[in-house]
Amino acid sequence: MKILAIESSGLVASVALWSDGCLIGEFTTNFKKTHSQTLLPMLDQLMTTIGVELSECDAIAVSAGPGSFTGLRIGSATAKGLGLALDLPIIEVPTVDGIAYNLFGTDRVVCPLMDAKRQQVYTGLYTFDNDKMAVLSSQKAVSITRILEEINALGRPVIFNGDGVPVYKAIIEQDCRVPYCFAPASAAAQRAGTLASLAAVYWKDQKEHVVSARDHQPDYLRLSQAERELAAKQAAKAVASGQDAGENKNE
Amino acid sequence: MSPERCHTATGNIDMDDKDVLILAIESSCDETAAAVVKNGREVLSNVISSQIELHKLYGGVVPEIASRKHIEKINQVIEEALDTANVTLDDLDAVGVTYGPGLVGALLVGVAEAKAISYAKKLPLVGVHHIEGHISANYIENKDLEPPFLCMVVSGGHTHLVLVKDYGKYEILGRTRDDAAGEAFDKVARAIGLGYPGGPKIDKLSREGNPKAIDFPKAHVDGAPLDFSFSGLKSSVLNYINSCKMKGEEIIPADIAASFQEAVVSVIVEKTIMAAKEYGIDKVCLAGGVASNSALRNRMKECCEAQYLKFYYPSPVLCTDNAAMIGAAAYYEYLAGSRAGLDLNAVPNLKIGQR
Repeated sequence: MKILAIESSGLVASVALWSDGCLIGEFTTNFKKTHSQTLLPMLDQLMTTIGVELSECDAIAVSAGPGSFTGLRIGSATAKGLGLALDLPIIEVPTVDGIAYNLFGTDRVVCPLMDAKRQQVYTGLYTFDNDKMAVLSSQKAVSITRILEEINALGRPVIFNGDGVPVYKAIIEQDCRVPYCFAPASAAAQRAGTLASLAAVYWKDQKEHVVSARDHQPDYLRLSQAERELAAKQAAKAVASGQDAGENKNE
Repeated sequence: MSPERCHTATGNIDMDDKDVLILAIESSCDETAAAVVKNGREVLSNVISSQIELHKLYGGVVPEIASRKHIEKINQVIEEALDTANVTLDDLDAVGVTYGPGLVGALLVGVAEAKAISYAKKLPLVGVHHIEGHISANYIENKDLEPPFLCMVVSGGHTHLVLVKDYGKYEILGRTRDDAAGEAFDKVARAIGLGYPGGPKIDKLSREGNPKAIDFPKAHVDGAPLDFSFSGLKSSVLNYINSCKMKGEEIIPADIAASFQEAVVSVIVEKTIMAAKEYGIDKVCLAGGVASNSALRNRMKECCEAQYLKFYYPSPVLCTDNAAMIGAAAYYEYLAGSRAGLDLNAVPNLKIGQR
């Protein structure tokens, strides 16, 4: 069984090849968002280096969101194109789950933080029981304050990773009431190797998260700005028609 | 590549030449499209998934929504194009894709998809300019058309008067200084309550109106006789409506539509004919979404006939954004040896003729 993994949900561009439990190769950069120009040449380099043909692959794992809308679509379109051409299924790995899986085996609660802008983070809460990752709180877009409240309520030691850590470090240090630490650089961000490992678990477990290349699309966890504004306008109208139009700022 | 060689390749006489089959992908704005085109002129399939209904809610194309819809539909559209053409990816000689101009997020979906397919199938990849695609739509139904010719490209995003010197060789003779012609149609349509997209609606309503009812300005650009300007025209339509309202005069939408359309059509036709004479060109084409406008077609036809110019225009399905036209343009680029790398990027402001 060979899984090709593609990650381009954020600043990281990463590709990896997993073969029967072994990570044969992984290329990762955490440098510039030029994924459209770098992702496919990087994949080509990887395959050439390890001497594997694309046609030997059994599935394509992709970081399926949330993340940069455009970044997600570059990864998804690449995976869909490869899937269409090679008739391969797609394993959709929730991006936050993938980041959490970098810290496999820890006895702490794992809290990945992706900077979602607009004062929000894409985050979730995870633990490892024996050899399985359990999702305590599945990936979502919330304020940093909100996720810290959840963490404080749990009352268990926590480890943070993800590109949101440097952005929200000061707030964490101020408001986190449980023992906490931050992951080292090697486990801090998205990695296609981790993605592939988690995808292999999904594949083994009843082919969870497996879809056709045709049906795959990213899970953005957020509407487009135009949709949000339209919804807010409609909500405001509904409020105004019920009572005097006062405070009706929609989140 | 000489025109002679291209002619035989399209003429179905030459048995030595192998057919060239191209899968073309287009996602620059709000249509997800794929097509299979043989030898640049024979369309084996032309699938378009339109998002117009979705964007009507917002009164125009929302880039993020367009991009999301592209990624959702793209494989389905490509598979349908292959099925309809009754070919598989293994039968293809190349993949062509629009890489600009257009909405960057929308373009990126098609570009990433096309690159992945070409990489996985080891097929040559050809990047295509969207407007060069519109121009090349004329090759599909006019097997005899060959450069040099003049092409007036009019759409929601573009107003370009282009001299096609040879396959893949373009010179822009004139362009709009502000709004595109199609943009003006959309804005005027909104002002008289017709909604989006405005082009077809104004065309239809104009048939019931008097094109001479209101004398809207036919804008010319000082010192650039082949350039266009439509924002002044749009403003004067809006001013006219406002002043009627203030004076309590009746507004007749059909007359406004017809008079506005008259102003656009007359200036486009006049400049096209002027350019044909100036550059000694005897063939004139229309291209782009507004090329479907019946008044523009009829007037251009009349004026070309009066000047003994040959006139060509694509049928409506090839005027709108589609991938068959991208396949036509890709074919001539392919023959000329143009190949894109795995690092091909979307270029939202790509210039015509830029290589």
